[in-house]
Amino acid sequence: MTTEITMPQLGESVTEGTISRWLVKPGDKVNKYDPIAEVMTDKVNAEIPSSYTGTIKDLIVSVDETVEVGRVICTINVEETVPVASNTSVLDREPAALQPAEIGQKKRYSPAVLRIASEYNIDLALVRGTGRGGRITRKDLQLLLESGTILKESNSRLVQMKRDETVLNKDLQADQVPTAASIAREIEIPVAGVRKVIAAKMVKSKQEVPHAWTMVEVDVTNLVNLRKRLKDRFKQTEGFPLTFFPFFIKAVVEALKDFPQLNSMWTDDKIIQKKDIHISIAVATEDALYVPVIKHADEKTIKGLAREIHELAAKVRNKSITSSDMQDGTFTINNTGTFGSILSAPIINFPQAAILTVEAIVKRPVIIENEAIAIRHMVNLCLSLDHRVLDGLICGRFLARVKENLQSITIGNTPLY
Amino acid sequence: MPVISYIEAVTLAIKEEMERDDKVFVLGEDVGARGGVFRATSGLYEQFGETRVIDTPLAESAIVGVGIGAAMYGMRPIAEIQFADFIMPAVNQIVSEAARIRYRSNNDWNCPMVIRAPYGGGIHGALYHSQSVEAMFACIPGLKIVMPSTPYDVKGLLKAAIRDNDPVLFFEHKRAYRLIKGEVPLEDYTLPIGKADIKRNGQDITVITYGLAVHFALQAAEKLAEDGISAHVLDLRTVYPLDKAAIIEAAKKTGKVLLVTEDNKEGSILSEVAAIIAEYCLFDLDAPIQRLAGPDIPAMPYAPTMEKFFMINPDKLERAMRDLAEF
Repeated sequence: MTTEITMPQLGESVTEGTISRWLVKPGDKVNKYDPIAEVMTDKVNAEIPSSYTGTIKDLIVSVDETVEVGRVICTINVEETVPVASNTSVLDREPAALQPAEIGQKKRYSPAVLRIASEYNIDLALVRGTGRGGRITRKDLQLLLESGTILKESNSRLVQMKRDETVLNKDLQADQVPTAASIAREIEIPVAGVRKVIAAKMVKSKQEVPHAWTMVEVDVTNLVNLRKRLKDRFKQTEGFPLTFFPFFIKAVVEALKDFPQLNSMWTDDKIIQKKDIHISIAVATEDALYVPVIKHADEKTIKGLAREIHELAAKVRNKSITSSDMQDGTFTINNTGTFGSILSAPIINFPQAAILTVEAIVKRPVIIENEAIAIRHMVNLCLSLDHRVLDGLICGRFLARVKENLQSITIGNTPLY
Repeated sequence: MPVISYIEAVTLAIKEEMERDDKVFVLGEDVGARGGVFRATSGLYEQFGETRVIDTPLAESAIVGVGIGAAMYGMRPIAEIQFADFIMPAVNQIVSEAARIRYRSNNDWNCPMVIRAPYGGGIHGALYHSQSVEAMFACIPGLKIVMPSTPYDVKGLLKAAIRDNDPVLFFEHKRAYRLIKGEVPLEDYTLPIGKADIKRNGQDITVITYGLAVHFALQAAEKLAEDGISAHVLDLRTVYPLDKAAIIEAAKKTGKVLLVTEDNKEGSILSEVAAIIAEYCLFDLDAPIQRLAGPDIPAMPYAPTMEKFFMINPDKLERAMRDLAEF
């Protein structure tokens, strides 16, 4: 095996040496530590010992040539194998601050990036980052500015503007700004208050959460019959109506206990599963939508749920609902059937993982057992799910359980109290 | 322009200043007939004689103390401390006397003295022959600390230090002495103390460093250039007081800053540079300020593997620079 002998360090501050005489020639056998050359430095004159036992192969540096420390001066054929020097890189410490965050850096903006984005009105959501983990770097923005392509906020549409093409600029603006003539035929409604909050929440949810959607149809004939028998007496004794909604909530809550995956929320690096089941319910008014929360819905009876729905709806109507009434929901159920809808694709109530709608109960001809056709009360249950948190399988099972809970309702096994 | 080594530039600067000004003289251990252990004062004893090239006892406190006294009387002493590691016995003289004379005497007295000392590792010098000591003095108003990287800077800055009317610590990297060569003009010139120098222009990352590490940075920058990464290299040259304007400009240029020293990391010159950048450049920063330095262990080890672990080198710089560029 051929290996190399290098110019050794022959003293402090010595960085180079001059071979003054070779003591060996190619083909000579040398033992380890035998002198092979004389070297002159500006501090010392010394003999270089051989680092190995073997046969000298080539003399690479000639006499009177000056070479730096560490340069190969000759090669040698070594008899035994030489243990390979261990890799020292394990000892080298890496600067740590840059390392841990490898993924999901797209939305972590440096001060420089934020400043440039605000100065030039660049919508960072539209910029592709070339830094680690997709981070947008200062250079990305500088290149963008130099290229003349500015990505501006405009309902998330990508608008390209060339600095010098002012004509194009004007055309674009003409598209966006309403003309005086059109204004007379339009009513401008300022967006404020609840409307603004709803808008922001919906945009955030729809943009950030990858929605998936699924639906099951449920035969609720038993439930319809049960309610028909109980509702009048219930109203009389309790003073508030017995609607279908608490039965649906009960059925969903029971299923949530079996499938806690749906009672969870997404944060960037983890999924948080909630042990408490707080059901958000949607209550509409003429101009807005409120989502009050039934806390610990799993601990309540049908009657308890019915009372709470009644009270929360009343609060919304007389505008006494407070923000604490609308906090901490873990799953949302929306009774869209009250509007006559039989199918809806709800937007998830961010940051929850899923939302379920109860559509209108309608009579339909259905094939039942024994190949018979019957008129049954049918309802569609629609589920939108955050596909980061949930997959189809678990949601399918969840809906099957809700369906089972609803279809197994009978007078005997469904206590109101 | 002749190409000479770093240490030859030291000798040349002293020689030219001694020829120019009779008040300039050299004192230190073995600086006379021996010409210094590193040969920095080689030939001066022969040219200027024993009254201007004075061998001293092994007493650093006395070397500096005698220098201070002579300086206050109008001489321009160049005191050599054989290794920067040996400067400790003279700290009281430097800090309590030399640095404060002008302030304490309300401008009646001053101390135009240069204290030269070789510093730095990578030469198998172990604990007492490898240290960087600049941080110990970089918090003492009244002192100036110059740490040049090239022969050209050595000559210009050493001449400026000798002509300066206040004490200057002039730290020379002992590994650079014969490793670093460069063109040096024959004519007389000085370079301003307190001014940093851009050693390479670049767009992607900024490296701020001084001394031998400047060359490591330039070597690493060459390699990174092959991969399209363009590094900006600022040589501080004077580490106390720092050239704030140049530091701010260099940091703003790329927004990604790597600071490099071979000194222990904590409390090093880099800490102050990082603070300046943090104070002035927040809205230009595109990455956390990075520091590459020696580990916080007492001193340079002797075993070659451990010395390699301790010392920065071009590979370590290249890795840190690439990492920052990719951030």
